[in-house]
Amino acid sequence: MTPTLQVFLIVSAALFSIGLLAALSRRHAIFILIGIEMMLAAANLNFIAFWRFDPPPKQPIGVMIALFAIAIAAAEAAVGLALVIAVYRHYRTTNVDQLDQLKG
Amino acid sequence: MNGLAFILIAMVTLAAALAAATLRSLMHAALSFAVALVGIAAFFFLLGAEFVGLALVFIYTGAVAVLIVFPILLTPRDVGKTRGFNWGGAIVAAAVFGGLIWSILKTQSLAIVAPHMPRLTVKQIGAALMTGYVWPLQCVGLLLTAALIGALILVLEEKQ
Repeated sequence: MTPTLQVFLIVSAALFSIGLLAALSRRHAIFILIGIEMMLAAANLNFIAFWRFDPPPKQPIGVMIALFAIAIAAAEAAVGLALVIAVYRHYRTTNVDQLDQLKG
Repeated sequence: MNGLAFILIAMVTLAAALAAATLRSLMHAALSFAVALVGIAAFFFLLGAEFVGLALVFIYTGAVAVLIVFPILLTPRDVGKTRGFNWGGAIVAAAVFGGLIWSILKTQSLAIVAPHMPRLTVKQIGAALMTGYVWPLQCVGLLLTAALIGALILVLEEKQ
């Protein structure tokens, strides 16, 4: 049995949903960041799968998009974790439910 | 492409991802996240994108996972307050998963096997990065520099 494009997309959809689950249902800010990173990785898997199952294009477009997405995800992780530390210093908590000072 | 390898990698990756999303201990979740990323890198190897797979291992399991571990150690564990689990999020995630699976299975043009493809060499990737993608490359470099300087400024101690 050789895997078709469909099974790769199904695995990627499962990873995306697990990331969404972590981002929506956990209350610790670092868990939310882990969920967002997992969703980004699932999107990268989709890019690579669509590139591999396409008739070969002139330039490796899917690989390029995945590389740039990885770089942007790394920048996002650095800023997000710095924000977690800054928020912890200010509020002494990392529970996102308690960060409600701006709530109307 | 090997079906057995695919099934093994998919099982390990999805189990590690599920553990990262549901484990109580933050440190265990971060380590499961690293395992899940190694699984995704294995998928990239399986798909013939070795360079991206290696970059993923270097950047994610090498840098991002360690970067996640540092705030875990720097912020004390107030586990009692952050233990809650929001079931509404689980329902939304299940609905999104169902919708995605339904649309993937309904699209007939996705049930194809991989065509034969010449091996993508690092030389080709480098040539593409230095010719057609040179402006995006410079912009990503600028973005990374700005983001890292911004992150440093965010965590600098405020002067009393």
